[in-house]
Amino acid sequence: MIEEIYEIILDHYKNPRNYGKMENPDIEYEGGNPYCGDEIKMQFKLKNGVIEDVKFSGRGCAISQASASILTEYLKGKKIEEIKNFKKEEHLKNLGMELSPVRMKCALLAYEVMRIALFGEEEIGK
Amino acid sequence: MEIKEKIFDVYKIRNDFPCLKRKIRGKDLIYFDNAATTQRPKQVIEAIKEFYENYNANVHRGVHTLSYEASVKYEEAHQKVAEFIGAKGMEEIIFTRNASEALNLVAYSIGIHELEEGDEIITTLMEHHSNIVPWQMLRKVKKIKLHYVNVLKNGTLDLEHLEKLLNKKTKIVAFTLASNFLGTITPAKEIIKIIRNKSDAIIVCDGAQAVPHIKVNVKEIDCDFLAVSGHKMLGPTGTGFLYGKKHLLEKMEPFLYGGDMIFEVTTEGATWNELPWKFEAGTPNIAGGIGLSAAIDYLNEIGMENIENHEKELLEYALRRMREIEDIEIYGHKEQDALGLISFNIKGVHPHDIAGICDEEGIAIRSGHHCTQPLMRHFCIENSARASFYIYNTKEEIDVFIEVLKKIKKYFSK
Ligand SMILES: Cc1ncc(COP(=O)(O)O)c(C=O)c1O
Repeated sequence: MIEEIYEIILDHYKNPRNYGKMENPDIEYEGGNPYCGDEIKMQFKLKNGVIEDVKFSGRGCAISQASASILTEYLKGKKIEEIKNFKKEEHLKNLGMELSPVRMKCALLAYEVMRIALFGEEEIGK
Repeated sequence: MEIKEKIFDVYKIRNDFPCLKRKIRGKDLIYFDNAATTQRPKQVIEAIKEFYENYNANVHRGVHTLSYEASVKYEEAHQKVAEFIGAKGMEEIIFTRNASEALNLVAYSIGIHELEEGDEIITTLMEHHSNIVPWQMLRKVKKIKLHYVNVLKNGTLDLEHLEKLLNKKTKIVAFTLASNFLGTITPAKEIIKIIRNKSDAIIVCDGAQAVPHIKVNVKEIDCDFLAVSGHKMLGPTGTGFLYGKKHLLEKMEPFLYGGDMIFEVTTEGATWNELPWKFEAGTPNIAGGIGLSAAIDYLNEIGMENIENHEKELLEYALRRMREIEDIEIYGHKEQDALGLISFNIKGVHPHDIAGICDEEGIAIRSGHHCTQPLMRHFCIENSARASFYIYNTKEEIDVFIEVLKKIKKYFSK
């Protein structure tokens, strides 16, 4: 049961994609969730309005970390213009499971960090 | 003893708790978050309903029938609490919103009015934030010194350290009767003897975790104050109380000022009402108090000794089964007396995931820092999961919990 529901999450949690730090990123931003101590940092290399490379680092629960890994896979190679319309609901769909409201915060941390990094502080709390 | 044991029928008890019939995503609710707040039996819910439907009125004020009836019940609630913890009478029991407010009452009434620069307060590293932060407030505004008694590796208080910290400048010593993270029950009688031997300090006990689970008698342990949460012992939320020795309460300044707490007011000033009302300003939580009274009836009916035995059984069983799981780390629970409360981590699994997956299986447990950050830092951990039991929990529930933990361990540990 657990292994089926969490299939995608567990895969990314145990083998995170694009994990680590890059030298000289064009943009980086770090965010946290003080309630449960999750932390995510995202770094981007941009070229001609396209995300050439992205890395994340951080710590926390499986949902928060896997969610960041899944997000970086989606972002890599995408145009920033395109990402602008990428809704949080679409990101949640990519996680492959229904989340209870309490865990939503964990799942959306990476998404929020990405929005603030790419589109600025006015994204905070959106 | 024979007869009492027969009365303790956990399945019958469960029937009294409507919320235990809840399904969570189709699964039976297993409520293991009792250290945060307990469920309430229908007797408590009925008592509150009865108040609102039959004699709802303000207390102490009216000559009319409803007010009289409400006042009698509300006073009776104080009397019941007094008897429950072995106080002299209701004049020693002040109703508060929770244990935190009870501790703040002492910090403000004594701390602000009676402490002087250079005085010392001792608390411990084992405390809930509620028994730390009010004293830190006093350190800031009164320029007093604040010391923390160490916690030993096995999860007990370092009493030799306490002895060293005590001196004639020690004005308040505040310590918990039981830890909400380690489960450890502290040897209150012994601790208080040590304190009285070496100082004239006022002794404040945090009974938020102990009083719901073990028999506590204030005369026997000889503390000066005891802070308790009503909502952790089957009472309504928004209830708690402070016990204080009468002669201390009499000479203390009030905490909150306004209606009901005065004897007479002129434009020049006011004199204070008699105990305990001097410390209950404004319209109190009447329904809450009446609900708490019903909760105490319920606990008395079952018997604290039976409750203690039942929880001890659950604890021993849960510890034994949890220790079957590889890579589980259980905090505290070495040799000392302890509550039915287990804080733990599974290596390589974030406690948030443990609690999240338990929730999917209908099991309510806690994860986080449990409002004891200094203690957790002392043990070099950031957060943990915690399961805490009460009178209505069963071994069958623990079995379900263990199976879920085993699955979590299997699939989540990296
Ligand atoms: C040991 C201890 N002290 C104090 C408190 C605070 O209780 P309340 O929430 O009723 O103020 C708690 C509650 O979590 C506790 O466990």
